[in-house]
Amino acid sequence: MTLSPMETAAAKTPAPLAKRIRGLSDRTIAWIFVAPTIFLLLAVNIFPLIWTIRLSFTNFRVNRPNNDVEWVGLRNYQRILSDPDVWNTMQATAHFLIWTITLQVLIGFALAFLINKKFKGNDMWTTIIVFPMMLSPAVVGNFWTFLYQPQIGLFNYVIAFFTGADPASFSMIGDVHLAPWAIVIADTWMWTPFVMLICLAGLRSIPDSIYEAAECDRASKWRQFWTITIPMALPFLMLAVLFRGIENFKMFDLVVQLTGGGPGNTTTLTSIDLKREAFEKWRTGYSSAYAVILFVTVFGLASIYVKALNKVKER
Amino acid sequence: MSFSVTEPSKGTKWLAGALVIGYACITLVPLLWIIATGFKSPTDSIAYPPVVVFEPTLEGYVNLFTERTRATPDMLEAAGEPQTWYDEIVRERGTVISGPSRYGERFLNSVIIGFGSTFLCMVLGTMAAYAFSRFKVPLKDDLLFFILSTRMMPPIAVAIPIFLMFRNLGLNDTHLGMILLYTAVNLSLSVWLLKGFIDEIPIEYEEAALIDGYTRFQAFYKVVLPQAATGIASTAIFCLIFAWNEYAFAVLLTSGTAQTAPPFIPTIIGTSGKDWPAVAAGATIFLVPVMVFTILLRKHLLRGITFGAVRK
Amino acid sequence: MKKTLFTSAAAGAIVASGLASSAMADGHATDLTLCWAAWDPANSLIELSKDFEKQSGHTMNFEFVPWTSFADRMLNELNSGGQLCDLMIGDSQWIGGGAENGHYVKLNEFFDANGISMDDFLPATVTGYAEWPKNTPNYYALPAYADVVGWTYRKDWFERPELQKAFMEKHGRTLDVPASLEELRDIAAFFQGRDIDGTTVYGAAIYTERGSEGITMGVTNALYNYGFEYENPDKPYDLEGFVNSDGAVAGLELYKELYDTGTPPGSSNWYMGENIDAFRSGQVAMQMNFAFIWPGVEADENVGGGNSGYFPNPAGPTGQFAQLGGQGISVVAYSEKQDAALEYIQWFAQPEIQQRWWDLGGAPALRAVVEADDFAGSQPYAQAFLDSMAIVKDFWAEPAYADLLIAMQERMHNYVIAGEGTAKEALDGLVRDWTEVFEDEGKL
Repeated sequence: MTLSPMETAAAKTPAPLAKRIRGLSDRTIAWIFVAPTIFLLLAVNIFPLIWTIRLSFTNFRVNRPNNDVEWVGLRNYQRILSDPDVWNTMQATAHFLIWTITLQVLIGFALAFLINKKFKGNDMWTTIIVFPMMLSPAVVGNFWTFLYQPQIGLFNYVIAFFTGADPASFSMIGDVHLAPWAIVIADTWMWTPFVMLICLAGLRSIPDSIYEAAECDRASKWRQFWTITIPMALPFLMLAVLFRGIENFKMFDLVVQLTGGGPGNTTTLTSIDLKREAFEKWRTGYSSAYAVILFVTVFGLASIYVKALNKVKER
Repeated sequence: MSFSVTEPSKGTKWLAGALVIGYACITLVPLLWIIATGFKSPTDSIAYPPVVVFEPTLEGYVNLFTERTRATPDMLEAAGEPQTWYDEIVRERGTVISGPSRYGERFLNSVIIGFGSTFLCMVLGTMAAYAFSRFKVPLKDDLLFFILSTRMMPPIAVAIPIFLMFRNLGLNDTHLGMILLYTAVNLSLSVWLLKGFIDEIPIEYEEAALIDGYTRFQAFYKVVLPQAATGIASTAIFCLIFAWNEYAFAVLLTSGTAQTAPPFIPTIIGTSGKDWPAVAAGATIFLVPVMVFTILLRKHLLRGITFGAVRK
Repeated sequence: MKKTLFTSAAAGAIVASGLASSAMADGHATDLTLCWAAWDPANSLIELSKDFEKQSGHTMNFEFVPWTSFADRMLNELNSGGQLCDLMIGDSQWIGGGAENGHYVKLNEFFDANGISMDDFLPATVTGYAEWPKNTPNYYALPAYADVVGWTYRKDWFERPELQKAFMEKHGRTLDVPASLEELRDIAAFFQGRDIDGTTVYGAAIYTERGSEGITMGVTNALYNYGFEYENPDKPYDLEGFVNSDGAVAGLELYKELYDTGTPPGSSNWYMGENIDAFRSGQVAMQMNFAFIWPGVEADENVGGGNSGYFPNPAGPTGQFAQLGGQGISVVAYSEKQDAALEYIQWFAQPEIQQRWWDLGGAPALRAVVEADDFAGSQPYAQAFLDSMAIVKDFWAEPAYADLLIAMQERMHNYVIAGEGTAKEALDGLVRDWTEVFEDEGKL
């Protein structure tokens, strides 16, 4: 078959319908309807991607328009992959990813599970819980720097109130050991509701009849939870992990406002590092290679994950 | 009300409710702190230790919308008595209003770019979703995955060539450029969501319309569109929320004319030091529209968030 | 002559309007955009510029960007040949790039034709803000805002008898403005954690910011005074033994000690704004900050009105220097309104306008203003400002300054704040990073 998707589409349209078409043919309409979307995505996503790949083999710098652009082959890639600093940012990103996802899934699922008990007013409280994710992440990051200030911020005083420690005895964004957790806490505060909503959707998709059947078999609540609730909600949990994973792999706004990547490089996530290379040092070729590596990583991981997700769904 | 074995007991409900409300209260604290800070005076906002009880003032909101200059005695004299309540507030600080701030402009940019891109995204997304829904495309799954995958790219990564491309096309720092960009980023979401909604509209309606002598195009906008209206509205909200809050592209690709509010709000400074009340006021005002939409559309939240994977 | 002109800003304005209307009679009204950082002095400039609008008939628009994103945004604008700005009050380090990449218009001919002489401005500001290459008479800017890192302290606390007594017992000298950086470190440690009127206070707020230029602008104040040099004075770009000299190592260690023993907890990412907040809210006894904040401190309801004092960066073993801040005003080469922009510079350079600039809270670099007899007494901070301006030193102003700065930010933050490695390792690393940048630039 050498027909394009759209031509095949038109050909396969049910005959009775096709016969009655007046004006434009289905085929033309399909083209007209899909073309703008595909064109825009090609122009704004695919074309830049190809351009990025091309630039990644050069030493081009945007702020040196007069310099000669040379092909440097794989040198940019070699430099990045052999740079220990890049691996450090990867590590920081992995720490951030693993902990935000773990905490958000645990808390989010627990909340969804509780809300699904349909207590009075659960709708209203769900809406209230969702508010933090409606804020702009940059604004959230900015404000959390304020909350984390040991002297004038609220966070340390609240912790001090519950633990009895001196509020000035620790600094969430100043301490190399605490800063990676400071960004995890802020992100978890903001995005747990998102995971909660997905989990809630999953729990609500489980038909009551299954529980009723289990109840007849005298299965314990505990057993029902592990044999019905978790497996049935698993595709949704995995979906939540996928979305949060992609989003936090791209994480830039919240963290750059919160810590600026510091102290030292402890919270320099890959996107922050990439921004420095691309828009502060203006090493365009080098940072293009960096971008390609990131994209391949996230695309590769996501594809594998989506395959696994589909398998779980099919069960 | 029918009795069901799966209906939780009263005690369970009570406990679940208490835990959820407890969490909601904790999670609301930072948000309430932001809102409260908007009504503090600059001194109270950085009080050491922080204050919970304070005398509310609108100074933060006045500072948000004005530029002020520290006044010399002759300037104060020339300005005469303060004319308005907000004049009075800034005068107490020994400053005079020198003009409106950029916040109004930035907010307007957010409105133009946010709504512009949402509108365009809805037009393109509905058309594409309709085509994907009604015509059996063999490569449909691949095309749809391609559309979804465009959302996986870190904005910083694509920002380099987009920056270069926009520069060559003269789209840097323009409303049009940002509208096109946000539309492209949001298309994945809107195509996926809308396809789900349109799939649910029975094909018989259109067939009937076609028999009545409508063209395919007329059938689309006179039959399908009204049926999909709710779906389009809720999809639009999700696109709007994204475009409304986006930061990375905005901070890299806009500077003067087309800058939106998110990159602007964290950078509000006062006459000395950071003006936290004004920052908080800006954040609060910026949150209100999205908050209202969230409350209005809470029924559709689930669907939007799962990319339409949930049928309800 | 000087005196009569300066007694009243109004008189100055009248004279200025006479000058201006004759010089600008044939021009037609233009919309000019001036780009600068969003900070206190910028608001004063709006006020000052109303006079220019009145006389020239041109309209002034302003594009102010906050410090932390100022360089990113504006260099982006210049690099892309943007026409947003007709006039740019760009940071001192941009001058090399502005000149070499053709972003700024060379002003020599214009200065000559209009009788503007660089000899009339403070020499340090001419070198720092206007010249490229440095120490050659090639001017790309007119010194617009003189700024330098200095210190603010709580005079009211320093003067308390009980604190005076405790300090005397501990250090055997009076608690007063420090004469050296070591004394400053001791004073900071003395106040650290001390209870004053029921609250715990800390020593000093210093620059530690990671994202833009903060920690570099802070740490250099210690480095310079302990013998750090940017390069071999006899051999450009020769760094080994100058950047990482023994003195430089000692200076860096002092800055870390100051951070560890005398700064508020959590001050790990602080720059101008955070330091002001800490000082205003009564958290610290001293703050390091650019002099631009001084008018604001003086006017503050808590710490102003005589409660605060000001002093230049104290000396170290090898000298006394202070980090230069401040900017020159340049005409952007991509502007289509260069004539009107030059009119603005001509107007701005007049002594009366410069005097009024000072009155409004600006910081002129014109000697006729700052060397006038009554200047030092005109404000409580004027003497400290003058003393500080006499000892300035600036960061690299190379076209590649951004790369040099990012490397320094990373090395310094890693050592001082995150506590990684030793001072020697940090500076050795910096030599490697900088050498690499200069190699990439083809300067080595």
